[in-house]
Amino acid sequence: MVIGGGISGMQAALDIADSGYEVVLVERLPSIGGRMAQLSETFPTLDCAQCILTPRTVEVGHHEKIKLATYSEVEEVGGHLGDFRVKVRRKPAYVDWERCTGCGLCQEKCLWQVPSDFERGIGKRKAIYALSPQAVPNKPVIDREHCVYFQKEGKCGACAKFCPVEAIDFQQKEEIWEEQVGAIVVATGYDLYPMERLSEYGGGHYPDVIDSLQFERLLSASGPTAGEIRRPSDGAVPKEVVFVQCAGSRDPERGVAYCSQICCMYTAKQALLYKHKVHHGQAYVFYIDIRAGGKGYEEFVQRAMEEGVLYLRGKVSKIFPQNGKVMVWGADTLSGKRVEIAADLVVLATAILPSQGTSDLAEKLRIKIGESGFYEEAHPQVRPIESGAPGIYLAGAGQGPKDIPEAVAQGSAAAAKVLALFASEVPP
Amino acid sequence: MRYLYFPGCTLSTKAKGFAASGEASARALGIDLVELSQWNCCGATFPLATDNLLALVAPTRILLNAQKEGNHLVALCSICYHVLKRTNRLLREETDKREKLNLFIEEEYRGEVRVFHLLELLREEIGFEELSERVQKRLQGLRVAPYYGCLLLRPFQEIGLDDPEEPRILDDLLASLGCEVVEFSHKTECCGSYLAMNSSEVTRELSYAILHSALASGAQAVVTSCPLCHFNLDYRQGEMAAHYPGFTQIPVLYFTQLLGLALGIESETFGLADHHVDPRPLLASKGLK
Repeated sequence: MVIGGGISGMQAALDIADSGYEVVLVERLPSIGGRMAQLSETFPTLDCAQCILTPRTVEVGHHEKIKLATYSEVEEVGGHLGDFRVKVRRKPAYVDWERCTGCGLCQEKCLWQVPSDFERGIGKRKAIYALSPQAVPNKPVIDREHCVYFQKEGKCGACAKFCPVEAIDFQQKEEIWEEQVGAIVVATGYDLYPMERLSEYGGGHYPDVIDSLQFERLLSASGPTAGEIRRPSDGAVPKEVVFVQCAGSRDPERGVAYCSQICCMYTAKQALLYKHKVHHGQAYVFYIDIRAGGKGYEEFVQRAMEEGVLYLRGKVSKIFPQNGKVMVWGADTLSGKRVEIAADLVVLATAILPSQGTSDLAEKLRIKIGESGFYEEAHPQVRPIESGAPGIYLAGAGQGPKDIPEAVAQGSAAAAKVLALFASEVPP
Repeated sequence: MRYLYFPGCTLSTKAKGFAASGEASARALGIDLVELSQWNCCGATFPLATDNLLALVAPTRILLNAQKEGNHLVALCSICYHVLKRTNRLLREETDKREKLNLFIEEEYRGEVRVFHLLELLREEIGFEELSERVQKRLQGLRVAPYYGCLLLRPFQEIGLDDPEEPRILDDLLASLGCEVVEFSHKTECCGSYLAMNSSEVTRELSYAILHSALASGAQAVVTSCPLCHFNLDYRQGEMAAHYPGFTQIPVLYFTQLLGLALGIESETFGLADHHVDPRPLLASKGLK
């Protein structure tokens, strides 16, 4: 069983399934792809994330050895290596996915719009929705909280009226079933540090101070602005954008102590892509220091600097709105001066946190959580894939912040561990 | 409720109205502030040098005196509160320094007294919802900018009164009195503090930025809990008017003055006539005096 359908979990699932073993892939959201599905381009090559991701999601979706359990969560774990008994709970989608053809008519006809989590609140979705146009599986779910049928006792029901194959099922109940599996790969990924906790940066109250995933959605061609950079408050194209690195990271007193590892790179990427889209715009990056260790990474940051992104070495102390601008107070420690920038948009590279529910799942699996909240490996140097519990392996950012290539590598490594286990006569 | 109370020097001299309005308001709310029978100046700064223990002898003595008469100590002035609270923490948690300080004062004190700011007492002992119900005269239509400054909130790890970046306590208090509370960007910026003594241009500039931000947010008055902030913000306005063209003067009030007015207390002793920028016309225009 692989828990988590992001890039790391998919890699593990594909490697194991390609070797001929059955895989159950459990994903909490309605479709797979994870965080990578929200990204626009990827560093350092500027490959379109969706273009390199979609072949994977489709392959997982069609693989005859992979059983997809999306919109599902692990409820209970029993048994042991070679014979785990995992109870999986599937939330009611209120749509019969066997019948549904994924035509999308229901989403078109639904009248009720709500802010979309996938769009990080800067875009909308309907009360019946699929995560994205490329969703795998491409089947919608109904959000009961915002559906008028559920909230106003049967009024509306537009989706059911228009569905050509009568797939809407308002009576659907949650399902719980048990899977018997030999090994488990845990790949539950990450969340971002909530802006509410960064009160010096406005605590999420200012519309034009956004986090890095929101900016990814602005950059993305499938995002709410169809890839145009427009700020949330008034839809204007921002002429000056300030990127703030280490927002909550490397701040043991007020945030988290560790480095989130990917922010230097994705900030360089975001600043560069902004410059590509808004030619006369000015991008500023506040940084503590640049950590660009990786193949082609340093060169990529240099490229961003050469293309006119202004790097300022220092922290930002305060952000506040003034006359339609967002004022940024910071320090440039190289010149020893205070800096004040009247920006149109501010992007916070907020710290990476283990995804919500990590500690609950760890408890169910009886695996350890480290000091900073991520799954703890059996040994930080020589056993980074093993969880410490026999038969349970770790992959991706749930074990610690990491970028895409590293997450993929760890997915494959976890698969190799599982396959080695299955190939051995005697359990290790 | 009986609480030991440390007025401090400024409240006994320059800010008598702050003391009188605070004491009368507390009394009206059933909080009996009993002045320490013996007290001295708190030192008025918490030393930046970590080994300057001599500067902590004065506040240690105050805390020791408080312990002899009770287990709580309430301050109104932000600076007194800041110094007493930090000194108390140090005495509680830093054994080496405690031992040395105890040798200086020739008595044993271990940081057991709990130090309160009156704002804290209002929030925790009365509660702002309850307070809102006890208001006799709602301060309807009065748009105020709650100004916290630095020392009331920071360093957060030692003071812990409220979020140091987005504090609520003064906002919530003023809202419970019926005021219209404005958001303004400089509510936790420094007013220049003691630079007033040797670099008045710096204080003028910093204080101006605060008032400017409050005015831009549509405030009719600025509210503070610190006599030094009050001095810098209020007294410097004459200079500001001369220096910054187009500057509009704005009254600066202590939170206790508004609290007292809202509780329907006779304001004669509140020192409203002693302000540089007279708040009385504004208050009168809202039917308050």
